[in-house]
Amino acid sequence: MARKSSSLKTAVVTVAAWTIGFLIFFPILWIIILSFKTEGDAIKTPLEVLTSGWTFHSYAEVQERSNYALHFWNSVVLSVGSTLLALVIAVPAAWAMAFVPGKRTKDLLMWMLSTKMMPAVGVLVPMYLLFRDLGLLDSRIGLTVVLTLINLPIVIWMLYTYFKEIPGEILEAARMDGANLRSEILYILTPMAVPGIASTMLLNIILAWNEAFWTLQLTTKAAAPLTQFIASYSSPEGLFYAKLSAASTMAIAPILILGWFSQKQLVRGLTFGAVK
Amino acid sequence: MTMTYRAMLGATVALTLASAALAETTITVATVNNGDMIRMQGLMDDFNAKHPDIKVEWVTLEENILRQKVTTDIATKGGQFDVLTIGTYEAPIWGKQGWLVSLNDLPAEYDVDDLLPAIRGGLTVDGNLVAAPFYGESSMVMYRTDLMEKAGLTMPEAPTWAFIKDAAAKMTDKDAEIYGICLRGKAGWGENMAFLTAMSNSFGAKWFDADWKPQFDQQPWKDTLNFYLDLMTNYGPPGASGNGFNENLALFQQGKCGMWIDATVAASFVTNAKESTVADKVGFALAPDNGLGKRGNWLWAWNLGIPAGSQKIDAAKAFVAWATSKEYLELVASKEGWANVPPGTRTSLYENAEYQKVPFAKMTLDSINAADPTQPTVDPVPYVGVQFVAIPEFQGLGTMVGQLFSAALAGSSTADEALAQAQAAVTTEMTRAGYIK
Repeated sequence: MARKSSSLKTAVVTVAAWTIGFLIFFPILWIIILSFKTEGDAIKTPLEVLTSGWTFHSYAEVQERSNYALHFWNSVVLSVGSTLLALVIAVPAAWAMAFVPGKRTKDLLMWMLSTKMMPAVGVLVPMYLLFRDLGLLDSRIGLTVVLTLINLPIVIWMLYTYFKEIPGEILEAARMDGANLRSEILYILTPMAVPGIASTMLLNIILAWNEAFWTLQLTTKAAAPLTQFIASYSSPEGLFYAKLSAASTMAIAPILILGWFSQKQLVRGLTFGAVK
Repeated sequence: MTMTYRAMLGATVALTLASAALAETTITVATVNNGDMIRMQGLMDDFNAKHPDIKVEWVTLEENILRQKVTTDIATKGGQFDVLTIGTYEAPIWGKQGWLVSLNDLPAEYDVDDLLPAIRGGLTVDGNLVAAPFYGESSMVMYRTDLMEKAGLTMPEAPTWAFIKDAAAKMTDKDAEIYGICLRGKAGWGENMAFLTAMSNSFGAKWFDADWKPQFDQQPWKDTLNFYLDLMTNYGPPGASGNGFNENLALFQQGKCGMWIDATVAASFVTNAKESTVADKVGFALAPDNGLGKRGNWLWAWNLGIPAGSQKIDAAKAFVAWATSKEYLELVASKEGWANVPPGTRTSLYENAEYQKVPFAKMTLDSINAADPTQPTVDPVPYVGVQFVAIPEFQGLGTMVGQLFSAALAGSSTADEALAQAQAAVTTEMTRAGYIK
């Protein structure tokens, strides 16, 4: 009896999970479907959309009109570059906060997080002026730094949480064996925190890939990533749903595939501590 | 020896100058994503042949993103763009700030006097043409001729609001999912407020009086909003508070709207048999009025302006002159047909016998001529703009009021409540901004 009710519960939970998963994924699925339709078919009723013909026309048009390869490469450089730069800063910072906390460490952590609460547009003009004067407008270097700074609080917080799970005694033992600070972080702490670092990296890459305020404001052509590629197909006066869907599918496909293959690490890293 | 050195030096200087003369100037053009602008990008061979020394690079963006981006760039003299696509809202404000290069010195063959007076007037600041119009539009009634006939009515060329209401009632067949009228309901200064502000002009309403005091507590605004809500609630499609241009276009093309009052540019979409199921059953009429001397149509143009911070003004001017010339219109006509020529900018286009054959050409011109941005309302007002008020604060104010009116359409509040909230909110903002002393 107990087994029966337990399997029923499992079935209900499974169905509920699949339903919620499908609902969350549905907008993306619909975008993918629309991308294979003509502009005329894309605005029809859902049933007519599904039964109408399929075509690669929108993809061909998007390819012809835009330099996808450049935008894609910029997205890769910006997301990976900002993630690596953030890790270089965040690993020592999180180490210090986790293993040698001071009186104000908690306040510092909260302050860092509070910077995420300010609307980005509030600092748009000063940032723009700064970028203009430093000659960094439309440059990958400038935008990499900005994306690093934007995501740094989250990276530090995540790493701090993982590092807190690592027993301090292990590091102490390493120190007693003569490891200096550099060796301690590089050879003891980092390998033990690999799952945590990997999931932090993945999350940061996704956040940087999807960032659509600064990447649109501070770039024009040379450094413009895929967010601008999508924005060039949206219009309040004119139906470009099929082309917009094709552009969106091309923009999200790489990160979707990355997320798909790394979902185990991502979930494990987000739900478990470093050494559990 | 000295002679040899001099000769070499001279040759070097000459070579340097020659290479500088041959050097390519690259200009960056920021533009919105609409059919006419995309078409121009495909016709650049003509410009390149005429100006081999100028290379044009495009940055195409959705109009709200573009507006924010170019505003930041021009205000900070960022210098990212050499040519900007701007609307009739920005042109006078930016022109007054001195942010745009005067285009008064365009060559004689450009024929600036050929520009439509209504459009040119909106782009002239203190005698300076601050942007050149690329494409102009107004709004008009698009209606289903078959449904109108079935209702036993004939659409006049210049209908009244009372006729529109009567026709909407007779055309509505909710069981067949046919709604008598489709209008903008989505909140935004360029969405529902573009329509409602233009509509309110024909009801004798205005945003501000001569002292910049908001007028939402006056009877004309009450009449406007009540009429709009009544029309949309009884004869409009469900979920209209989320409908903008694109949503209504899709509904009309699928045969679900009896009438649609919106941008004249929609005419080429709804009559395009490739996309519209009702392409051969569409008629056009002027936007409605109430017999007060003003019609409910707006006036808008996308224009090309040169930011004062550009380092390549001459090359930018050459591009602007080409893109907004008579020759460009002929180029589009030769490649894509007269129906696809960017409308609403030049008198000569409407005198062209070929263009007069385009079904919506006359109605577009009549609609544009029926709008006067310098005297948009029945009573005099201290501002310029038909469906907007050309002050920097309007984007925020328009969107805020648009949200209140959209909520009223969704049924979350009554017309009186929405108007009272609009009056209070706009009064606060205008006082804060220093307009109300």
